[in-house]
Amino acid sequence: MISVKDVSYTYMTSTPFEKLALKNISFDVTDGEVLAIAGHTGSGKSTLIQIVAGLIDLQSGSVVIDDLPVADKKIRRLVGIVFQYPEHQLFEETVESDIAFGPKNFGLSDAEISARVEEAMRQVGLPAELKKVSPFELSGGQRRRVAIAGILALKPKYLILDEPTAGLDPLAKENLLKEIFGAIKKSGVTIILVSHNMEDIARFANRVVVLAQGKILFVGTPRELFSQNEILNRAGLEPPAVTQILRKLNITENALTIDEAEKIILKHCPRK
Amino acid sequence: MIRVENLRHVYKSSSGDKVALDGINFSIDAGEFVAIIGTNGSGKSTLAKHFNALLLPTSGKIFVDGLDTSDEKNLWRVRENVGMVFQNPDSEIVAAIVEDDVAFGLENLGIAPEKIRERVDLALDAVNMSDYKKFAPNKLSGGQKQRIAIAGVIAMQTKIIVFDEPTAMLDPQGRREILSMVKKLHAQGKTIIYITHFMNEAAQAQRVFVMEGGRIIRDDTPREIFTDVREMKRLGFDVPIAAELAERLRQKKFKLPPKILTANELVEALK
Ligand SMILES: Nc1ncnc2c1ncn2[C@@H]1O[C@H](COP(=O)(O)OP(=O)(O)OP(=O)(O)O)[C@@H](O)[C@H]1O
Ligand SMILES: Nc1ncnc2c1ncn2[C@@H]1O[C@H](COP(=O)(O)OP(=O)(O)OP(=O)(O)O)[C@@H](O)[C@H]1O
Ligand SMILES: [Mg+2]
Ligand SMILES: [Mg+2]
Repeated sequence: MISVKDVSYTYMTSTPFEKLALKNISFDVTDGEVLAIAGHTGSGKSTLIQIVAGLIDLQSGSVVIDDLPVADKKIRRLVGIVFQYPEHQLFEETVESDIAFGPKNFGLSDAEISARVEEAMRQVGLPAELKKVSPFELSGGQRRRVAIAGILALKPKYLILDEPTAGLDPLAKENLLKEIFGAIKKSGVTIILVSHNMEDIARFANRVVVLAQGKILFVGTPRELFSQNEILNRAGLEPPAVTQILRKLNITENALTIDEAEKIILKHCPRK
Repeated sequence: MIRVENLRHVYKSSSGDKVALDGINFSIDAGEFVAIIGTNGSGKSTLAKHFNALLLPTSGKIFVDGLDTSDEKNLWRVRENVGMVFQNPDSEIVAAIVEDDVAFGLENLGIAPEKIRERVDLALDAVNMSDYKKFAPNKLSGGQKQRIAIAGVIAMQTKIIVFDEPTAMLDPQGRREILSMVKKLHAQGKTIIYITHFMNEAAQAQRVFVMEGGRIIRDDTPREIFTDVREMKRLGFDVPIAAELAERLRQKKFKLPPKILTANELVEALK
């Protein structure tokens, strides 16, 4: 379990550029849960998850993961984080060695490492023939997949993803989401997903934390969130496109997926 | 305005040659708004970088406003005509504060300082980032960086603007704002080339190129392309949600008019 209590964070304290990025943030993430974090550009999402992963030092409040304070080095093995622009972290000469970098640092056997590289490449939909290619010779979306594979290969217990599907084509995106929220989640991984995509949140999150200007504006299920227009507006969010269509039809029921929307329309609209 | 003839681009690299563009032909008129969609690695960014001569054809030709991009004499005139928002905003940061970063391209064009300031202010205002003028660009959030990159190109006031996935990191309202800004630029007469993985954004262009394996496999209006729901799905592409929902309802014996593309059209048909 991850427990975040009263976390506040200010960038560039006592300079003219001082910026309060987070204020009194508290929430828990229970094991096996998918927790989404949403909010306007600059609302503090990336800052928050970097604090949770121990990559930005706490200024006040506490983060406890499986009874360990986040500053404890053992946390590094428990938590894997995919950054918002993960392709910036690529530096090895080939795709294969880049993905293998983390597992190598964990001191795994060569056989285990190559098995994990293969599995991770399959999970993100990178063809095996790209193994020996330089990551700098890939397209934007391909590079992003390499970066995600590098974290999946660590098999963390807690997986934190900052906009993982930005820049992926629709099919690649769908396959990756199915992988993460299917097999990976079923293997017992707890997931924190930062996303601007309300469809994805609707489909996969158990709960959503909505941030606005560094504060928590809402915590609850996606279904609750999408029925609260005022909160959505304040946070720069919108309900999923299917819900917007239902609203225009004056149907008050909310749909989270296209399947649900189809059923609701079948029920409410006459087949002319 | 832009004419592409038998364009091929081959990247030479350690792991061998990679054909990224394989026989591309089209022309885009002044004032058109063209969206480009396609799978990761299909060649969209490679094609985009040819419009302002960042990449030159391995074979074939590109003419921008009649200027052959592969002729070195034309380089500056081509760049004065074509502004480009890159896929990865971080790689573009060149200055220590936001306003200098936005001004960078203008200084290179030899524009007077007070004019530069005016244009920078307008551009920052257009992307809602005026408050961050004196900020360090590398300390901005992901979406804020994306807005700054867009401001840099607006300030250039080029006739042609190429956007390579400008909204990938924005929240829904931010995406809406940027797209309506792009439409405004188009209404002012700019030629727009807009690369995206969001089908509802592509649906708002006048013309859509679908790329696959270094080729343009379809070039048509968004209505023709996206209402061909089954074919697009078969090819592994997505369509706007309203088009998909309309198709599903037709299968359930709803009598809907053909080629429904937008939410409003679907709602109208169901009412
Ligand atoms: N290194 C830094 N120094 C100073 N201020 C920063 C730094 N990083 C972020 N900020 C500021 O803190 C605020 C929160 O940024 P953060 O990156 O957490 O936002 P975000 O919610 O992830 O936004 P986005 O959706 O655009 O990625 C922003 O206003 C940003 O400008
Ligand atoms: N610098 C490079 N060296 C060698 N090959 C490259 C280089 N840049 C891109 N490629 C290859 O060229 C092909 C086209 O890449 P491009 O970046 O144009 O794709 P894209 O359509 O923009 O994809 P994405 O949606 O992921 O951004 C890819 O197969 C890629 O691996
Ligand atoms: Mg962020
Ligand atoms: Mg690209």
